Amino acid sequence: MTSATQQFLVVLEKNSLLLAFALTGTTVWVSYFLSDKLTRGRLHGSAIAIFIGLVTAYIGGIITNGKQGISDLPVLSGIGLMGGAMLRDLSIVATAFGVRAEEFSKSGMIGALSLFTGITVSFLVGGLVAYCFGYRDAISITTLGAGAATYIVGPVTGSAIGASSEVIALSVAAGLVKAIMVMTLTPFIAKLIGLNNPRAAMIFGGIMGTNSGVMAGLAATDPKLVPYGAMTATFYTGLGCLLGPSVIFIVNRAIFG
Amino acid sequence: MIIYGTALLSTCLLLGLTLGRFLGSLAGIEADIGGVGISMLLLIASCAFLQQKGYMKPPTEAGIAFWGSIYIPIVVAMAASQNVLAAVNGGIVAILAGASTVAASFAIVGIFIRIGNPGSNSEE
Repeated sequence: MTSATQQFLVVLEKNSLLLAFALTGTTVWVSYFLSDKLTRGRLHGSAIAIFIGLVTAYIGGIITNGKQGISDLPVLSGIGLMGGAMLRDLSIVATAFGVRAEEFSKSGMIGALSLFTGITVSFLVGGLVAYCFGYRDAISITTLGAGAATYIVGPVTGSAIGASSEVIALSVAAGLVKAIMVMTLTPFIAKLIGLNNPRAAMIFGGIMGTNSGVMAGLAATDPKLVPYGAMTATFYTGLGCLLGPSVIFIVNRAIFG
Repeated sequence: MIIYGTALLSTCLLLGLTLGRFLGSLAGIEADIGGVGISMLLLIASCAFLQQKGYMKPPTEAGIAFWGSIYIPIVVAMAASQNVLAAVNGGIVAILAGASTVAASFAIVGIFIRIGNPGSNSEE
């Protein structure tokens, strides 16, 4: 028995990426189960899974005192490979597949205007909060503003311009707070702001931008609106990743040095 | 062949990241400028071109779609690899940055919906 357990541990360490797939898959499954049973889908499964990931990273930090969350445990190093820049960028770029340029152009100027407005507002408000809390360098201010855009724009922008792991983690947390709030608050605020037609949903997706937040928020409001909001929101992360480390970082660097 | 799709996706990302680094060096920044965004534009453009020419077969699409469909678990793994311990010390920043942005964004969504559509709202 003991040798079988030892053999299993050897296999796990030698195949750490496979262990990462298995563990992440299980986490996502549990999260969607909890989302369904405990919150009746109001809190999106992906938000719960990411929250579990962040908690796990916190525990990993306490155990190892390292900087890579739970992946600092040798047996869980595959989590670091799976969540590393290479596979992350590959999967994000792949989500652009299926976005038809023609369909988006049909929504007209208001969709594009919403996208640029939404991204600008996120960087502005997120950056302002960062500044109020004593961050004075352009890299941290841009990264936290990027996190206020989405929890993907944050780390992508942060790694591109060389932000510290702490600031990148903060930007992910800010994006997660945003996603969870959009998911849970949208059904309650929809009536107040007139979010009840496809055009409004495209504006909503473009300004909010957080994919899981927009999809879950609209699904909880009116499932028919989901594709319209998702269509503009799909562009948001890409556009944020394009503008964050470029135009917005350059502007911030000119202001804060 | 499924690998054609994954190969196309990977090529777009490699080219996009290269262009991003090149743009970075042009702008005087030793960093990648929008490599992921450029890769997305390359993927959309090349897929549209291949679809037009009839080269885009369902297995090829599957080789791209698979990676897009596992982006949530990959983001979960990314979250699990972050330095959350350090982030928790500045947790209020994250919560305030997220919450303020959501509040401002909801207000602007309301304004945008009203601007283009004054009729439908005043009727109610």
